[in-house]
Amino acid sequence: MTSNKKDPVLVVLQMSGAYDAVNTIIPYNDPRYADSRPVLQVAPEEVLHINDQVGFHPAMKPVKDLYDQGKVAVIQGIGYPNPIRSHFRSMDIWHTAEPDKMGTEGWLGKAVRDLDPNKENVLTAVSFGRGLPRALASPGVSVASVGSLESYGVLTGIDGEDQRSEALDIFARMYSPLIGSGPANDYLSQTGLDALKGADILNTAPLTYSSSIEYGGDVFSQWVKNVSQVHLAEFGTRVLYTGLNPGAFDTHANQNIAFPKLWGQVTNAVSDLYEDLKEHHKNEEVVILMFTEFGRRVQENGSGTDHGSGSVAFVIGDAVNGGVYGEYPSLDPAKLDEGDLRWNNDFRSTYATLLDKWMGLDSQSILGGNFEQFDFIR
Amino acid sequence: MGNNDIALMAHLMRRAGFGARYEELEERAAKGYEATVEELLHPEDNPDGLDLDLAERYFIEWNHHTRGLPEYTAWRMINSRAALAEKMTLFWHGILCTADSKTQSYITSHAELEMFRRCGMGSFRDLLLEISRDPAMIYYLDNCLSHKGAINENYGRELLELFSMGVGMDGKFNYTEQDVKECARAFTGWTIANGIPGQPYGRYEARFVYNPADHDEGEKTFLGETGNFNGEDIIDVICKKPAAARFLSRHLYRYFVADDSQVPSWMDTPPRDPDTIKILEDEYFRSGYNIRSMLRVLFNSDAFKNAQFSRIKSPVETVIGTLRLAGDWTSPKPGFEWIFDEMKYMGQEILNPPSVEGWHTGREWIDGGTLVHRINFTAEFVADVNHPGIKEIIGRLAKTAPVITAEQLVDGCLQYMGHYELADGTRNMLIEQAGKRGDLNTSAEDFPEQVTKTMQMIVATKEYLYA
Repeated sequence: MTSNKKDPVLVVLQMSGAYDAVNTIIPYNDPRYADSRPVLQVAPEEVLHINDQVGFHPAMKPVKDLYDQGKVAVIQGIGYPNPIRSHFRSMDIWHTAEPDKMGTEGWLGKAVRDLDPNKENVLTAVSFGRGLPRALASPGVSVASVGSLESYGVLTGIDGEDQRSEALDIFARMYSPLIGSGPANDYLSQTGLDALKGADILNTAPLTYSSSIEYGGDVFSQWVKNVSQVHLAEFGTRVLYTGLNPGAFDTHANQNIAFPKLWGQVTNAVSDLYEDLKEHHKNEEVVILMFTEFGRRVQENGSGTDHGSGSVAFVIGDAVNGGVYGEYPSLDPAKLDEGDLRWNNDFRSTYATLLDKWMGLDSQSILGGNFEQFDFIR
Repeated sequence: MGNNDIALMAHLMRRAGFGARYEELEERAAKGYEATVEELLHPEDNPDGLDLDLAERYFIEWNHHTRGLPEYTAWRMINSRAALAEKMTLFWHGILCTADSKTQSYITSHAELEMFRRCGMGSFRDLLLEISRDPAMIYYLDNCLSHKGAINENYGRELLELFSMGVGMDGKFNYTEQDVKECARAFTGWTIANGIPGQPYGRYEARFVYNPADHDEGEKTFLGETGNFNGEDIIDVICKKPAAARFLSRHLYRYFVADDSQVPSWMDTPPRDPDTIKILEDEYFRSGYNIRSMLRVLFNSDAFKNAQFSRIKSPVETVIGTLRLAGDWTSPKPGFEWIFDEMKYMGQEILNPPSVEGWHTGREWIDGGTLVHRINFTAEFVADVNHPGIKEIIGRLAKTAPVITAEQLVDGCLQYMGHYELADGTRNMLIEQAGKRGDLNTSAEDFPEQVTKTMQMIVATKEYLYA
């Protein structure tokens, strides 16, 4: 880290539905791979080889290209203690970083509190999607939760520019804190004004944005474009969060059709984001985490794969020491966990590495414990 | 019947139900306040007005409750005249929590919600017994993993901490760690048949099974009493304690009267209104732990009647209340699933409370994202003149006089939306906005738009966040 370095930014891409780790980073040289995947196997020559053991799914070429430039850390065998094969509970665990009990506070919500303890910036964290992910939820932490950057704002349903601006003017006055109206009222006032202010600032991002990159037309790619727009607009945003629509990667059936299409769409968006930032010379201060809630069953069901355990995650950026991390879990049936890849590194090790080594925060206080860290950050 | 009676009825229906349109308020106010309270307290004697036969032909998945349970639950909240029964079902769902994210069996969750409908206003003792035998709960809190000689404390602990007494009151602990263990021992053998989740055999309803061979028959000492206790005995001991009365009273107060602190802080944080809590505690013992009797005392108390607009609406109250105001979803049509998503985006997902502690309420409902979502959702609904409820409000205002002042417009909207009240400053701003072009001609073509514009501003106020 050099002293004139800009503030580090973390972009989190949540791939809901649980992508199939085995067909994402493929152990193409293991005969048990072909055996357990009669229909879904990818031929060894089509796999985008990382080494003589594993490689990317062919649909992930845009990220493989980044890998070849040394910008991608592949975290193999990632998971959490006592795996649960429920999407919701599992995602909760990733969000709260609390596998042992039902937590309600998000790990990034706590990070945002540490990044901006005096709440000086209403846009320290911005999330694109429907509803705020629990990862960003924390009492007293203000996070802008945006459905679409183009249409974000308070009272967007009011027609006519003049009428809406008049309505917003009244809104601002209505939410001005009144002296002596009590803490609950003060809190509501502050939240309303923060939302209004956040929307006002955010609405300017698309106006100042210009780029040669053309993102895909799907919702996810557009949210990734919004991520870029907000970062390039220099609002001081440190955490940007978005994801694929819930359930997209939940390929119990017809995996051969849906899976390559999704990875194509996602990795194109990731690569577009990187190139977009680079075009504007703002690539160095961004690191991307891409994760899913769990892996899928090693043995296919003939058309798709069922819920599993051990997974794979990706950390991408210029600051990343590219390569493979963690062990690839064994496909030996005796070593599987009820038919699933057995995890060998706690997801909180990846979080701790990102919090400490990238964001410069105290991971121990955020995660409530000390986790062994990787060296995937330069 | 004056405006005050209707305003009070609007308050009662917002709290004991999910709000009501003006015609219903008039009808109920004509019957009288106490008569309405009695009707709400006795759903068994009063038709709920639900045409479930028709709805189930349309939403065929409701027949078996393997899918569509959140929508079914929302449907009942929107359409049932037995509003308090649905409100109490949500109340207990938020206290005796199970989450579908773990149980993953709608058919079993449905059975639990039906039990809340059946027992939610009966005896607290019976309810605790029912929940201890509830298959979703037994699975959710792992009592099926608690065995003679190898207890799992999860249910035993939460029964004391979150379902019946709380950690402590008036600065003192209500129970010890030893009590938790003894409680868990007493519930060994309380298990389920047909495992949850139902795979690989399919999703059959789980049922309660008592396995005497796995029950710890040894002597237990629990909260100072000693005996060969079974689960039922434990519940009897709990219900006698002042802590149980306090626990239930504070929950009822927080849900129906005014925002107060969250459960974990109750040991050290005294109630906001100790006098009302005392009245409820007394009624708890006087009536033999009867929830209906406590509710009767509560709704007829001055503390309740004077507590208008002192609770922030939950997302479910916001969404269901808005749909009831607009008169939408009174008959089946496609696209109902999103209703459930709307509540989730505002921070409350039916069937998935965030933890066994339930939802945190009051101002914790509101953050930047949920606030914007709440306002925009509500504003969209009140702006749609095709909704019968909105049409009705416009019609009532148009009938007032050929020409009305901006003040009449704003006050009229507030009245027909349920006698909402705004701070003077807020009200003046809205009057100023509505009166920019002078008085309003109620037969003018743009009159409906003037009305909906005003309603949009009303639902965007801080005041409207409250009920």
